[in-house]
Amino acid sequence: MKVISFIRVLFFFLYFLLIASPLSFAQEDLSQSWFNPHRVNMLIFLIFFFAIIIYFIDRAKKGKSLFIRRIAGLDAIEEAVGRATEMGKPVLFIPGIEDIDQIQTVAAMIILGNVAKMVAAYDTPLFVPICRPMVVPVAEERVKEGYASAGRPDAYNRDNVRYISDEQFAYAAGVQGIMLRDRPAANLMFGSFFAESLMLAETGFLTGAIQVAGTANIHQLPFFVVACDYTIIGEELFASSAYLSKEPKLLGSLKGSDLTKAIIIGILALGAILETLGITQFTRWFFIE
Amino acid sequence: MDLGTIIWNTIALFLTVCIFSFLYKDNPFYKFAEHLVVGVSAGYFAIILFYNGFVPKVWIPVTTRGEWWYLLPAILGVMTWTRFSKKWAWISRFSIAFYMGIAVGVALPLEMQQRVVKQLHATMLPVHFMDIQGFWNLLIILGVLCGLVYFFFSVEHKGAVGGAARLGIWILMIGFGAGFGLTVMGRISLLADRIQFMREWYLMVTQALWGA
Repeated sequence: MKVISFIRVLFFFLYFLLIASPLSFAQEDLSQSWFNPHRVNMLIFLIFFFAIIIYFIDRAKKGKSLFIRRIAGLDAIEEAVGRATEMGKPVLFIPGIEDIDQIQTVAAMIILGNVAKMVAAYDTPLFVPICRPMVVPVAEERVKEGYASAGRPDAYNRDNVRYISDEQFAYAAGVQGIMLRDRPAANLMFGSFFAESLMLAETGFLTGAIQVAGTANIHQLPFFVVACDYTIIGEELFASSAYLSKEPKLLGSLKGSDLTKAIIIGILALGAILETLGITQFTRWFFIE
Repeated sequence: MDLGTIIWNTIALFLTVCIFSFLYKDNPFYKFAEHLVVGVSAGYFAIILFYNGFVPKVWIPVTTRGEWWYLLPAILGVMTWTRFSKKWAWISRFSIAFYMGIAVGVALPLEMQQRVVKQLHATMLPVHFMDIQGFWNLLIILGVLCGLVYFFFSVEHKGAVGGAARLGIWILMIGFGAGFGLTVMGRISLLADRIQFMREWYLMVTQALWGA
């Protein structure tokens, strides 16, 4: 039955794709309208991909085993925490400089919870400098939960989750100060980073700390690749949060996005072939005003 | 040249040198500049948020136009302060949940449009060997496909998938290398700007002192 439902959805998708092209709608003033017919393609994409992700989340919730390949950088987190414990030095977790409404910061918070659990088990101090005020309560909760789930709620120190500054370079200067004075043995940088990425990674390198970084901001990835021991690239950041938490919603959405990527690869290959043959209708369907 | 300009530029030069002293090692001058910038930015942002946020978006609509519903987001904002009390800290979760929910809802269609559909449209290119452009198109399509394969998490990177993923990571690394070079050029121009500032300060001071 599920296969039949899937085929129905696929036919519905293909019908809109090939027949009900949004380009056929007349050009009119849509500023006062609730529905923009020129964006039907977007609506179909969203519905289709949501359906896939919801299907996989449902599977994960039912306890079906969902395989995720090993992500090399994640093993390095435990290695880094272990090294800091051996050296008797703290671990520094930097969750990027964007607010909690950004998905990268949310992923960083999930990883932070797991790191907190690890450091609590090893009895290693954890410092979390924060750039945005709204991230502070979430980070506090995640660290507190991590300590509680490791059976050490008493070891949680609220002062170690610190707000530094909203200003990008003031934040970078503050974090550099922490790196130089507290000398953490492990710097974990996960989230959304911008021009401060190289400043932080380079200072961490100078202090001799083992560094693991992950961001989906492609322009900052080169700096992490150069200055860090391990780098988690782009979507691996979101996969890491699913891999570590084993949360059904995250695992399901990761599997769903994998299938989405497979579909995108198929569409891309088909589009390129049709373009080569001079058939442009298919490609035009993906045009957004 | 008035005295005020000379004094402020000298302070700016002093702070620039304080920050550059970090290149040697951590020292009291760097610490002073660091603490100054962190403190000033915190104060500056508090004032900016008050005058650019609270006054035009809450105070003026409520007091001058009687649009009392603008108080609702203000109440949500005040609710975040309950974190200072252990007993009432749970209330702050409502505002955080509201904020995140709205942000995700707004972001989803935009992300789909900008990062998926538009990219897909731009990558469906004709492949031919009549001129060099056809070859570049093929390279772009292969690069995107292999890059996407690298980000498959449901399968092990072995065999054909592993080969495509390896090619994908090479292409990503070439892209990172180009990005690195471009950004380093930008940073060097920032350094040149600071050196230019120092030179102008020197000329300004010598002119003020000796008139030359």
